[in-house]
Amino acid sequence: MKPIQFVDPDGVLDRDAVDNGGIPVDGDLARRLYRDMVLGRRLDQEAYSLQRQGELALWLMSLGQEAAQAGSINAIRGTDYVFPSYRDHVAGLARGISTQELLRQWRGATHGAWDPESHNFHIYSLVLATQLLHAVGYAMGVRLDGSDTVVLTYFGDGATSQGDASEAFNLAAVTRSPVVFFCQNNGWAISTPTEAQFSGPLVDRAAGFGLDAVSVDGNDAIAVFVETQRAVERVRSGGAPAFIEAHTFRMAGHSTSDDPLKYRSVGIVDHWASQDPVDRMRKLLHREEWADEAYFIALAGEAEALAAETRDACFNIAEPDLGDVFRATLTTETPLLQLERQRFEQFKGSFL
Amino acid sequence: MTVTEERTTVPTLTTTSPMRVALNAALRRSLEDDDRVVVMGEDVGTLGGVFRVTDGLKADFGERVMDSPLAESGIIGSAIGLALRGYRPVCEIQFDGFVYPAFDQIVSQLAKMRARSGGRIKLPVTVRIPCGGGIGAVEHHSESNEAYFCHTAGLRVVACGNPQDAYDMLRASIASDDPVIFFEPKKHYWDKAELDLAGELRPSSIESARLMRRGEDATLLAYGPTAKLAADAAEIASSEGRSLEVIDLRSLSPIDLVAVCESVRRTGRLVIVHEAPVFAGLGAEIAASVGRECFYELEAPIERVGGYDVPYPPARCEADYLPDVDRVLDAVDKVMNA
Repeated sequence: MKPIQFVDPDGVLDRDAVDNGGIPVDGDLARRLYRDMVLGRRLDQEAYSLQRQGELALWLMSLGQEAAQAGSINAIRGTDYVFPSYRDHVAGLARGISTQELLRQWRGATHGAWDPESHNFHIYSLVLATQLLHAVGYAMGVRLDGSDTVVLTYFGDGATSQGDASEAFNLAAVTRSPVVFFCQNNGWAISTPTEAQFSGPLVDRAAGFGLDAVSVDGNDAIAVFVETQRAVERVRSGGAPAFIEAHTFRMAGHSTSDDPLKYRSVGIVDHWASQDPVDRMRKLLHREEWADEAYFIALAGEAEALAAETRDACFNIAEPDLGDVFRATLTTETPLLQLERQRFEQFKGSFL
Repeated sequence: MTVTEERTTVPTLTTTSPMRVALNAALRRSLEDDDRVVVMGEDVGTLGGVFRVTDGLKADFGERVMDSPLAESGIIGSAIGLALRGYRPVCEIQFDGFVYPAFDQIVSQLAKMRARSGGRIKLPVTVRIPCGGGIGAVEHHSESNEAYFCHTAGLRVVACGNPQDAYDMLRASIASDDPVIFFEPKKHYWDKAELDLAGELRPSSIESARLMRRGEDATLLAYGPTAKLAADAAEIASSEGRSLEVIDLRSLSPIDLVAVCESVRRTGRLVIVHEAPVFAGLGAEIAASVGRECFYELEAPIERVGGYDVPYPPARCEADYLPDVDRVLDAVDKVMNA
């Protein structure tokens, strides 16, 4: 299956194909997606710099994957629930999670910064594919409730090798749970390319489980938006759970601790740079005359303000207190936990 | 938590049933009392579970009793998702040795998610695991793997030792807002006792140890499959003139150290009995804690009786592997003659 594409790398919109999808594509939509992509990219850049300056312990770059995330997160309702992986900053920012909340985990101040219920966006999951099962379970609950909420879960190509991914695809299909599996196939499981991870297309595997599987150009935000919205609405109206494979490329290393030049050439990165999702959307906005220079200047200003806010937010992250971990381990602090915490606090206090 | 009245009060007797029926009654009562309770696991629906613990529940509670595909990680992972949606899942792992495929979902997800979220998330998931040997089973069907879970912060780990506790503790576990690993001694599934099924929820049943028998010479500490063994050993010892105190720990994590130490301070001697291998087993933690707290009251080194440090053997060897009355009384002799 050739990945569905509505906007080519030069920003040319295939109007006939888009209209066939029945989802209106206009300037409002394009500007909304572009804004989320630009802001997400700026946040990612700033966080990367903060890590290089020693302010963050680690950062997992979303560079290159903005269309896959912005297109999909905008295609679902705010009441739809999301189970992210750990590189989904663009989606998280679009869901209203603050820059400080997005950074706290990577400064070592918490394992999960935001309140999932406030954003219908779960905390990140660092063990690959575990969140797919959480998404299916949540969706099973949605179905029992008789609600029309849909659950969307993000993961990468690497995660599809995990047993939990297969268990989740199968469980979702047999329970017909309202879940959309959104795979950002960015080409690499750290250093292992997709051809060393699987021999058949992921969409074929997904279809074999009984999922409603589609393949999209993950660097075409319009295609991602339209196909995600169509899939979500099929699921919402009682269809089989869906699987979307968004073909994209991780333009940076796996993390700030990675050295991608050890395993891939500059050439391949250059090729994908010509497919850049943000450039492509900017070209579309120009071609369709959906945005003028004032728009781009204002957005650039907004992005710089976000970067400044991100730096500020990073420096203002409060130091965590180990005592709070004792209190958060179980719903009530057991006598033994309390005793251990008190001994720790007493010991620590004895040095002051 | 000291010895409570509840432990020594004889419950109102209303019916006589085996432990698996007591567990079934606890599930039924929990499903009736809270419509967010769901039961899930392999063959728990139409079949009623391989031990029939969930017998009849699907007929009465429909889609709230779910047969799962044969994938243990999937069972626990989806239970976590259901709990995040506001449900209270009770999962059955068919046999102790089959919990390992779910180990990551239990250890890295179920146990840690509350702390990871800074205390925002609660996961009221109960994981029932038939445990222990003594039924002549094939491999992977007789293990005692509680120590792995006790070593994991963020879980409550409990084991029932008699039908009444099975009923009270399972209800309390399901009602708990914490994840609970619930061990059921499979060789005692068919043991009968008179049950009080009318009682209120007893949260203390999964928090405090149960004093099974008062004695003066030494304390026997047991749980799950060895609780009855310890009681039997104490009965035999009494005919030989020895007065043994017997405690059923019930909660394996956290442990009711106050109750254990209170007993050991009186008797001065402690024998810990579990089916799990002794090395790095729960007995090691208890011995270390009691040794520290009761050092000056101890009259003898603490003895541990348990499985040997080998993989669980073929069934025809299990009588030699498992703690029995002779091994328990041999350990009692050691602490008495030290």
